[in-house]
Order: sequence, then C-alpha cells, then structure tokens
Amino acid sequence: MSIKLHKFHGGLHTEDHKKGSLISGLQQATLPAQLILPLKQHIGDSNKPLVSVGDRVLRGQLIADSSSAISAPVHASSSGIVSEIGARPVPHPSGQSDLCIVIDVDGKDESIKQKTSPIENLSGAELIDKIQRAGIVGLGGAVFPTAAKLARGNDLGIKTLIINGAECEPYITCDDTLMQNYAAEVVSGIAYLQCILKPENTLIGIEDNKPAAIKSIQLAIEKSPLSQTEVVSIPTIYPSGGEKQLIKILTGKEVPASKLAFDIGLFCQNVGTCVAITRALEHDQALISRIVTLSGNGIQNPGNWEVWLGTPVSHLIELAGGYKINQAKSQHLVMGGPMMGFSLSSDAVPIVKASNNILVMQQQTIPLTPGYHDECVRCAKCVEVCPAQLLPQQLYWQARAKNHERSEEYHLFDCIECGCCAAVCPSQIPLVQYYRAEKSEIRTARQAHFKSDRARLRFEFREQRLLLKKQQDEERRRLKREALQKKNPKIPDRKVEVDPVQAALERVKARKQTQAAEPRNTTNLTPEQQQQIEEADARRRAAREQPK
Amino acid sequence: MIVAILTISLMAGLFGLILGYAAIRFKVEGNPIVDQIDALLPQTQCGQCTYPGCRPYAEAIANGEAPINQCPPGGQATIVALAGLLDVEVLEPNQEHGEHHDIPLVAIIDEATCIGCTLCIQACPVDAILGSAKHMHTVIADECTGCELCLPPCPVDCIDMVPIKQSIDDWKWPLPTLSEEIVHEH
Amino acid sequence: MPPMSEYLLLFIGTVFVNNIVLVKFLGLCPFMGVSRKIETAIGMSAATTFVLTLSAILSYIINSWILAPLGLEFLRTIAFIIAIAAVVNFTEMVVHKTSPLLYNVLGIFLPLITTNCAVLGVALINVQDQNNFLQSAIYGFGAALGFSLVLILFAALRERVNVADVPKPFQGSAIGLITAGLMSLAFMGLTGLVKV
Repeated sequence: MSIKLHKFHGGLHTEDHKKGSLISGLQQATLPAQLILPLKQHIGDSNKPLVSVGDRVLRGQLIADSSSAISAPVHASSSGIVSEIGARPVPHPSGQSDLCIVIDVDGKDESIKQKTSPIENLSGAELIDKIQRAGIVGLGGAVFPTAAKLARGNDLGIKTLIINGAECEPYITCDDTLMQNYAAEVVSGIAYLQCILKPENTLIGIEDNKPAAIKSIQLAIEKSPLSQTEVVSIPTIYPSGGEKQLIKILTGKEVPASKLAFDIGLFCQNVGTCVAITRALEHDQALISRIVTLSGNGIQNPGNWEVWLGTPVSHLIELAGGYKINQAKSQHLVMGGPMMGFSLSSDAVPIVKASNNILVMQQQTIPLTPGYHDECVRCAKCVEVCPAQLLPQQLYWQARAKNHERSEEYHLFDCIECGCCAAVCPSQIPLVQYYRAEKSEIRTARQAHFKSDRARLRFEFREQRLLLKKQQDEERRRLKREALQKKNPKIPDRKVEVDPVQAALERVKARKQTQAAEPRNTTNLTPEQQQQIEEADARRRAAREQPK
Repeated sequence: MIVAILTISLMAGLFGLILGYAAIRFKVEGNPIVDQIDALLPQTQCGQCTYPGCRPYAEAIANGEAPINQCPPGGQATIVALAGLLDVEVLEPNQEHGEHHDIPLVAIIDEATCIGCTLCIQACPVDAILGSAKHMHTVIADECTGCELCLPPCPVDCIDMVPIKQSIDDWKWPLPTLSEEIVHEH
Repeated sequence: MPPMSEYLLLFIGTVFVNNIVLVKFLGLCPFMGVSRKIETAIGMSAATTFVLTLSAILSYIINSWILAPLGLEFLRTIAFIIAIAAVVNFTEMVVHKTSPLLYNVLGIFLPLITTNCAVLGVALINVQDQNNFLQSAIYGFGAALGFSLVLILFAALRERVNVADVPKPFQGSAIGLITAGLMSLAFMGLTGLVKV
C-alpha cells in the first residue's frame, strides 16, 4: 500500500547541515550541579509552584501545577534541594527573566515511589488524564499541552492520525536520533494515540533524508500489532515539518484559514511526544528529559544528548567539548533551528520542553548587520516560496505601517513564521520579525479592546444600578409616607420632588407675609396714648439738644 | 418671461415636494455612528477629553464638535483607529488633555493609610474598588481602567497610580528599526 | 433609431476611451478627495453612479420636454442644477438612512456631488451631442461607471503608495497627483480601442 503524495506551495531546498550531529549517536548527558526549571514551559496559563525553598524534591516529583485546562505541570528532573524560587533568565526571544524553581542537585537521583497501575482497562479520558499529569506538551516546538489537544480532537472525531517525523529544519537531528533509538517507544506511543482517538488510518511522515529512521520505524511497526499504519517517505523540502504543510503533503487537504487540523478530522503529533506518552503511560514517568541537538560551526563536538530538563545550556556545551573559539561574544546562540529559532541572551538559560536544538554559530560567520536591511525591490521571490500562499511583500508594507486592519485582510495570522521569505529576500529584510511584531501589536490591541468592552459594560451597569437605586428609594419613601398617613391623617402630604432650596425660599416668603399681616402695637391707638407718645418724643428731642 | 418664471417655480415646487416626502420617509433616528466611535474608545470614562465619559466624547466626534486627538488613555492607536473609521487625517495626540502611558496604569490603595471613607468607591466609574464604610478598601486591578477619578476625592491621599506589572507573556516583538546611521554607513 | 452596436460603442467609449475623469478631466475633486480608502471610494462611486445616471435622464427630460418646447433653452444651466441638487439631496437622505458610516465618511463630498462638474458636464454634453433619451441614459451610466472604475483603482493605488517608501517631498497629495497623471497616460493607451 502506498499513498499518493502532494505538494504544498513554495518551500525551499536548504543545505541541511545534519551530518555533523548524527555521527556520535545518542549520548546520555550527565546531571548538572543545578537544575533551573521555569514554571511555564508550555503555551497556555501559568503554573504555581507547589514546593518552597529548602524542600527536598525527588525525581519525577510534581513541583508546579495549574488548575487551568490549558496548562502542563512541571516535575523535578532529579533529586535535590530547592534552593531558590525566583526570576532567572529563560529561553525566550525577549531575553527576559521568568519565575524558575532552582534545584541544587544532590547526585543521588532518587525517584519518587511509582505505583505503576495497569493501563489495559483505562478509558480514553483516563489515559488523557494520565498524559496531562505527566506534563506532556507537543515536543515539535509548539509546546501546546498534549492532553488538551487530545481532548479536543477526541470531541471532534479524528479520521487520520498524522505522526510528524519530518524534521525539516537544517541542523536539527533530535527527532532523527529519537526514531533510530526509540523506535519501539514511538510505535507504542502511536498505539496509545490510536487507542484514544480511534482514527481510521495513521500516516507517519518522515523526510527521505533520514533513511535510517524510516527503516527503524518500519521494523518496529512490523513487530507491533498496529494496523492501518504506514510510514511515508516524503521529499525533503523545507518546511515539510510544518503541521499544515505535512497535512497537505500526506493527504492533499488544506487546513482552512484560522482553523486547526482537527477541524477537518486530522490530528498531528510529533514523534518525540509519542515517546513521552509511552513513558508516561507504561512507566508513570513524567516528562523530565528530552533529546537535544547541539550543532553549529561554533561547537567542538556536535551531537545529540538525552538531557534532563532544567540543565543549563552551558553544561551541555561543556559536555560537547566547549566552544571552538572561547571568547566572550564570539558566538551566537540560537534555540531552535536557523530558520525559526530565536537568539539566546546567554548560555545560562536552561533546556526546557521546547528546546529541540541549540545552535552555536561563530559570530563572524553570521553575515547580517543587525538592524540594517536594504529596501524592498519588489522581486516577489518571497511570494514564490511562501508555503502559506500569502503575499509577504504586502504584509511587510502593512506591518511597517502598523495597518492592523489591512494586515489581517492579507491573512497575517496564517503566516507560520517559517522564515522562507526572509531567507530568499535579496534585500535581507528580516520579514518574519516584522510579522511577529505586527502580530503582537494586533494581539495587544485585541486585548485592549476586550478590556474596554468590559469597562463599558461595567460602566453602563453601574449607571443603571444607580438609577434603579434612586427610583427604588423614592418609591420606598412614598410608600412609607402613605402608610403613615393612613394611620395618622394629620401628617401633611409632602411632595418628594420639591426642590429643598425652593421650599426654604417659599417658607421665608410665607413668614414675611404673615408678619406683614400681623397688627403692630403702634396701630389702633387712643388719642391719649398718641399724646403720651408725642410728649415722650418731645422730651427726648429736648434732652438731645440741651448739651449744645 | 412669465413662462420662464412659472416653469422654474413649478419645477422647484415639484422637486421640493419629492424631497419633502423623502425627508419623512428616510428620517434617521439618533446617530448610529456614535456606537462605532464609542467602540474604539478605551472606556476609561476618565473625562480627560473634557467630556463626561467616553460616549459623550463619541457623540461630540460624530457631530464634528471635537477632534479625534483628545483621548490620552487611547493614545496614538486610538487616533489611528478613529482616523481609519472616519477617513480623516491622523493627528498628533493633543498633549493639553494629558499624557499617554505606554504601559497602562492601575490604581493601588495604600491599605495602611486608608480610613474607609468610601469616597473613592463612589467616584469609580467601573465599580473596580471594593470595600465598605470604616473598612479598608482595595482596587480590583483587573477591572481598573486607570482613569484617576478616585484620586481627587480621597481625603488622605492614599491612592497611587502604578504601571501594570508586565510579565514575559506581555512582551511584544519589536519592529526591526532601520537606524539612520547604519544606512548612511552603507 | 441607431443600431444596437452604436449603443454598445457609446457605452464602452464612455467608460474607457472618453473617461470622464482621466480624459475629460471632470470630477477631479472627489477623485482626489475620497480616494484614501477603498471602502469609501466604493461608497462614493455608488452614490455618484446613482446621481449621474438619474440626473442625465432627468436633464434630458427637462431639456427636450419642457425647455425646448417653451423656447427656454437659456434656462438650461439653472434648470439642470435644480434637478441635480434635488437628486443629490435625495441620495444624501438615502445614504444617511442606509449607511450612516458612509454618510459620515463622505461628509462634505456627498452634498458636493451637486457641484461635481462631471454631473453637470454629462448633462450638458448630452445636449451638445444631441443624444436621444436612451443615448443620454447610457452616456450618464457609462460616465458614472468610468468614474467609479478610476476612483476605485486610484484608491487601491493610493492605499499601497501610502505604506510605501515615498521620498519626503512627494508624500501625500503630490504622489497622488503623479499617480493620477500616470493613470491618465495609461488610459490614453485605450484611445485605439474604438475607431471613431
């Protein structure tokens, strides 16, 4: 049985630079003196630490978790004492620090007591729960929590399960090594995925520049009871390992814009994740290690290592014989591949779940002057290579102008940031960085808009509430007065609406009027009284004039 | 001569009648564009634009009474959005109305100084302050719009405006900058 | 009555060859004024198409059924303006009711369709060319379509030019006018389309 392969638009034939790191096979990294475990190593909501400074933790012990559905817990990679919970530099394009749990390793590597439970009778949901508790995320680079993805795929129903072993980016060989060394575990991981998702068929896509990996997976499948599962050797072209591109190659289907693979009945999973699933289900082992490629022209002995998560990059570089040129700033460190990776600020950052490759390049071999690029000459080479069939040149202009509306009209969010356009650009414009900047601008704007909508709702609700309260108060007062009047009719009817100032003015006016109407004691006098008053007045006048 | 005057008058009268009917038939109630403008404003209800809240300002813009650059909390982004909606020139923010903060501010109450007078609670347009009489108050940071309306009523000046704490997830990719000097070197 | 092909020729000739904006240079004011955004340009085009077609028909009726029999040709301009003003006012009310945003965006340009020289121009050209009723209507509609075509094309061009690197002295209206000039040159190339 063989399937018809399809082609996606564009793509690049790159120099793969993969040989160097494949020579020495898979090596086991030693334990570092300190493990630095960032609390958040996945896409989704943040974790909270479950241990405190001074605690002794064992290998596989849960040290950080979240109650959110889209999150993955973090486990201790080895035994030791928690010496610090604080901000440490983490592998992130910003070069900023984030909250990490630092463990001083004691070297005993004691594991927590595992009560291995049989998994034969577990339902799909229980298997997913186990995967969630093991902290498994997509190890292809997206680090989306696998359990959340499985649950969603399970709800929607999956026709075809696609296992991604393409590994198309130059320099990276960790999946190749993994497939050669852990083929049986990859295959049993696939069996568990089939058990959960119940797909009609399964396709394993591997680029044809990895014959050894293809062979070992094929052998493992033959030995296993898997049916409807096929290893497909696909042509080597970047970015065939992109989820949407691999789907196009294997099935000919295109994932619609702003939809995901499971919306059209497909489910894509990386081979490394399959191994992690096998270990979690069969041995109750949490995700505490991964295979990392160390490559590039700046490292003595490139190769693949099985590394404990949290190991500082510097420790790994020591294992590989150190840098070729041992001077400050003479190398450029990249996490991920040369196309999609990002620069690391220092080698103090730890290996995390997303670290598939550490690329060490000698600084002088990097041609770009940072910050400088030529003007766009409108050659449209970027349009030819774009695997998402976008118009990179238009996106570039719109991103530069921060014209969010038009950027989205040109489908900015369908850009997979593969870097093909930037790689072929004769003006060396860092196109992907423009798109990333525009994407984060738009996301911020959306957040602000969300917040302002919420504020408007709260404001309008408050206005309504105040109005209602006023009306209720008036109503209550009116009712009370009516009840009082019933009991005692003498109480005058008071209009609530009367303005108090106006009422006071009216009261004053009324009093003045009554005063004017009242008789004074000088009115209605008898003639004798009148005479007395006049006499008294005359005396007063005489008394006033006398001193003169 | 008479014929000319009569003809023109008759024509004018006829068109007048048609227009008069149309004016009744196509009468517009309210100004629906206000909603669209209001949706673009940051809803801080701060009144820095000199209008008592965001909606009155939206009404003023819709009626052409106010320029689009009087909203400091919205900053340049809001001006660009409004200019796009109304198809007018993008203006510079009017500094007279206040300063735009790149990182939004939230109010924070110094809980040791607060005397529990509830004045700030009454001033808050979005009910983001929690507390009761003679009990300490606190700000729900997620709901605070940073309008600063709670500052003046506070008798003990215990409210401060602080920038929202930025985490690594809030980080934005910077646009590549073409620095002039490098261009000249080349 | 002229054959059908005459009418077709008149229509295509009006839209492309004798384009009202780029060849006759009428109606340049909204052409520069409301071409900043494609959406606005489309709205303006729709409104102008409505007004132009209707006013061309109305003007023909007024001219040949009222003014000519009464010998009042000297009142042509004022009578046409009255008709156009009425149609524009009517359009304004309809737009205000159906699309308040467009009404706001078009702003002063909507009532100014009255003084859009293309509208009066088309009415007067109809009289000058002694077009019959159907010809007048086709000429009005064709001119309106030609206006819409170049306005929308120009708006699309301007949107792209707006985000491009334009040398400082040419930014804004300057590059707009240069673009319009180039478009006009391009439309001259269509002159060979119809043999007169």
